[in-house]
Amino acid sequence: MTRVSGRAPLGNTPLGSAAPGNPAAGGAPRSAPRSTQGSGPAPLLRRILLQGQYETVTMLRNGEQLILAIVMPLLAMIGLTVTPLLDGLGSSRINIAVPGILALCAMSTAFTGQGISTGFDRRYGVLRFLSTTPLGRTGLIAGKILAVLAVLLLQVLIVTAVALPLGWRPEPAGLLPGLAILVLGAAAFTALGLLVAGTVRPEATLAITNLLWILLGALGGIVIPAERLPALAQAVVHFLPSGALGQALRDAFLHGSVNAAAVFVLLLWTAIAGGAATRWFKWN
Amino acid sequence: MVRSPESPVLTISGLVKDVGPLATLDGKMLRVVSGLSLLAERGQVTALLGANGAGKTTTIECAQGLQKRTAGSISLLGEDPDDAGAGLRARVGVMLQDGGLPPSARPIPLLRHIAGMYQDPWPVDELIGRLGIDAFSRTSVRRLSGGQKQRLALAAALVGNPEVLFLDEPSAGLDPQSRQMVFDLIAELRNSGMGIILTTHLMDDAQRLADYVYIIDAGRNVAEGTVGELLRHQLTEGDAGHHVRTLLFESEPGLDFTGVLPDGVEVTEARAGSYAATGVLTPADLAAITAWWAARGIMPSSLSLEARSLEDVFLDISGREIR
Repeated sequence: MTRVSGRAPLGNTPLGSAAPGNPAAGGAPRSAPRSTQGSGPAPLLRRILLQGQYETVTMLRNGEQLILAIVMPLLAMIGLTVTPLLDGLGSSRINIAVPGILALCAMSTAFTGQGISTGFDRRYGVLRFLSTTPLGRTGLIAGKILAVLAVLLLQVLIVTAVALPLGWRPEPAGLLPGLAILVLGAAAFTALGLLVAGTVRPEATLAITNLLWILLGALGGIVIPAERLPALAQAVVHFLPSGALGQALRDAFLHGSVNAAAVFVLLLWTAIAGGAATRWFKWN
Repeated sequence: MVRSPESPVLTISGLVKDVGPLATLDGKMLRVVSGLSLLAERGQVTALLGANGAGKTTTIECAQGLQKRTAGSISLLGEDPDDAGAGLRARVGVMLQDGGLPPSARPIPLLRHIAGMYQDPWPVDELIGRLGIDAFSRTSVRRLSGGQKQRLALAAALVGNPEVLFLDEPSAGLDPQSRQMVFDLIAELRNSGMGIILTTHLMDDAQRLADYVYIIDAGRNVAEGTVGELLRHQLTEGDAGHHVRTLLFESEPGLDFTGVLPDGVEVTEARAGSYAATGVLTPADLAAITAWWAARGIMPSSLSLEARSLEDVFLDISGREIR
């Protein structure tokens, strides 16, 4: 039997104990002495960071996702500052608009963008394949969450860079609570995105998450405060993740206050959608 | 061949897998695998051979931890795949039937990314050279041909330098050159001690690659053995130990061979003038038929002798009806 010479990593792997050997070599006529030594997994943190980085780059390379994540929110922000839609609400147009735009960014990335990419990854068996590597299912989800946070950070920086010259003056006391609430909102929308992506066909995920982005964006209390919405919408938006996130961010960045009721609604959505996704997410 | 159970990489016993009513068309519980058992060893290629829908993929997906089994036990490198941690997953390479590679990815960054999940991966440059991936390294997965995708999926399964390799229909979509490349690599990996488990519905794959074959039908084992053992699988009682062969020849149509060959050998005329004599042919049988021709002045226009193929065995065992 010829030994393999073309396979350096197997033969040359330092085995420490000179290969445990194969006691059964005699019983199995065709088996060569064991030289296969599987490599161990990379450390957990490294696997998650790698996956997060890979997913972030994939998201940023996707033109449609960039339009949804960056171009649309910026257009909405400019639209809200040049029209009188937000006049008479106690502060400047830009000060009222920006918190809602940040909330919209979270919905774009965590819900629509991440949901669609996860849905198609599921269709193409990417989730199944990656779950057989050391990354595993938990690492895969952790990597996705990391990518959402990385893209969200980029969105916050871009929106801030455009909004400051337009006259945005957030309440300093509200900055930290605002960012924490933004992360909580991203968590709620990530859970919802995974729930949709993991339970219906990717084409349906595409339709549902895009449609909800438009509906919630226009009427969900996210960029347009509840008081400017039709009476019917006013009654429900406080219970929607969009309305709760928009309102909580406006309270933080405008007044430096934490809206406990809205935070509670967001926590509830995160818990319910996260639990449902854990329970019903189909990997194939 | 005696299967030595001392160094199994995979042991499955009494595997049962039911698919819930939501996943089937008629809303009934379906038993996809019913009581299947098998053993795969280091340094061997173990093939699960069966028609489409026989339960091969379900079986290996239970072994990979991708599907939860209903009953039975599975030991993969001594661990239960349902409780697999990163340590076990790092020792097992998986090539899925549908590839499982993101369509927008490019081959080399993708392989480097997967390699990063392991402590001591197979050098990516070497792997891409070995599988001819450099020829399409700038093309996104979406635009690769079936064979290119298959080679990339194999590279992705190997990049972690696994001890156990699962290949689900490895030659699907491969052109003859890629197939040779992939088969040579599989043989080398086997010789280097890797335990390889593959599924296929292609007899030729099993015949060329496998050290040990399990024939699967309707979710259960129907036969097992080395390729040689299966080929000697007797058609009828009393033929034990002899090879079944087919003598193919073309001659003038309508010949009657009654009494020329012994009872166990059946002569059929598939097309006018095209004959096949199948059975446990002995040298005396060959002498008898050529003497019969000589006595009548018949010269066959073609003449060949074929050993029984694994396909014949498979059809004998699992039945010839289309399902």
